[in-house]
Amino acid sequence: MKNFSNTYIFIFATIMVAIVALILSTAALLLQPRQAKNAEIEKKRNILASVGVEATEVDAEALYDKFITESFVINNKAEKVEGVAFDINVKKEQRLDINEQRFPVFVAQQENGSKNFIMPLEGKGLWGPIWGYMALNEDLRSIYGVTFDHKSETPGLGAEINTSWFEDMFKNKTLFKGDEFTGILVQKGGADPNDMGAVDAISGGTITSKALEKMVYDCMVNYVEFLKTYSN
Amino acid sequence: MSDIKEREPLFSSKNIKLLTNPLGDNNPITIQVLGICSALAVTAKLQPAIVMAISVMVVLAVSNVIVSLFRSLVPPRIRIIFQLVVIAMMVILVDQVLKAYAFETSKQLSVFVGLIITNCIIMGRLEAFAMANKPWPSFLDGIGNAAGYGLILIIVAFFRELLGSGTVMGYPIMEKIGIYNIGYEDNGMMILPPMALITVGIIIWIQRSRNKDLVEEN
Repeated sequence: MKNFSNTYIFIFATIMVAIVALILSTAALLLQPRQAKNAEIEKKRNILASVGVEATEVDAEALYDKFITESFVINNKAEKVEGVAFDINVKKEQRLDINEQRFPVFVAQQENGSKNFIMPLEGKGLWGPIWGYMALNEDLRSIYGVTFDHKSETPGLGAEINTSWFEDMFKNKTLFKGDEFTGILVQKGGADPNDMGAVDAISGGTITSKALEKMVYDCMVNYVEFLKTYSN
Repeated sequence: MSDIKEREPLFSSKNIKLLTNPLGDNNPITIQVLGICSALAVTAKLQPAIVMAISVMVVLAVSNVIVSLFRSLVPPRIRIIFQLVVIAMMVILVDQVLKAYAFETSKQLSVFVGLIITNCIIMGRLEAFAMANKPWPSFLDGIGNAAGYGLILIIVAFFRELLGSGTVMGYPIMEKIGIYNIGYEDNGMMILPPMALITVGIIIWIQRSRNKDLVEEN
């Protein structure tokens, strides 16, 4: 086996790292526009899914332009503020002071003329982030549809939040009891089907279920002013 | 290239062996029992398993060639670091390309593409083969071992998807042959990771019962 001097080893390591860094940064720069595009299409598909429109990678943009007719940004006092709703990163906003946060609202126009208001949700699951979109009916109290997704919840347990049997339970549930905002209870052991403010939790996925309940509450509570004033 | 007189053909029988051995009697998963972790994780559906197999093949073949090209320049004291840097670079490239061109699949594979870095087969081949052989045999060795890995992945994924979800590549084959009408139900357990281990176990059992030479003496 050849013997290499320390100087040689240092020079070898330095050159190796420099070359690898160059290759990787070039690749990242070249592929970045396409990746950003994919992320954008994914977001559009998620927004559409909350109002029950199944879009593929190909038709997501066209369908988004067709259904999502309006979008705006509000603060927690329900005043409209500057900003493009689609470009707002909810996770970044959540780190700001509550009074400085901006909240996007997307408005979908269904084919039968009814309107849905869509709000993004972001939260923490058991192993990683969970997120989703909640579409409300025109009364701004009851839910039209939801879509959830997660990064790394346990398959078969917490990961079930993105399946339709779980998401469908939210349909027609209401975020308010009387005039009070309650969110949606995700109940371990099963919810009373007549309880309009609760859904079943996932067996074996209690922590994810509770995290989801907290996410819905924490995100939607910021819209309460808007939901109350806009609907009157 | 002065050694023209000794130059062996590109596909000499020795080189062919490099390709075919890992498919059968020296399979990295069933014989060496390497790379089991990802074999369990990505085999619930056929499609991600195929993408994973291709990704590992690209990473292993290219890393093998790179390491083989530099084998006489690499100081032995930092050879493991060198191998890791090469693997990590290839994995990041594959991950970035998947994110750009196969977004849906990259979402399904999520963290497992990154975990190719820790796939024992890759380091094992770099250290055991590429450090001591020329680029072309190293390339074949990479393709062969990744194919052996991919073959098992695809077999396992085929059965898990068929029996667990009743589909093959997303096509509802069980529904089409009408087996649900006579009371058949999908076995949800096949979707869960333990059944991947049991399926791999069954493959190992079948392979060893057909070839007694593979059975270790205790």
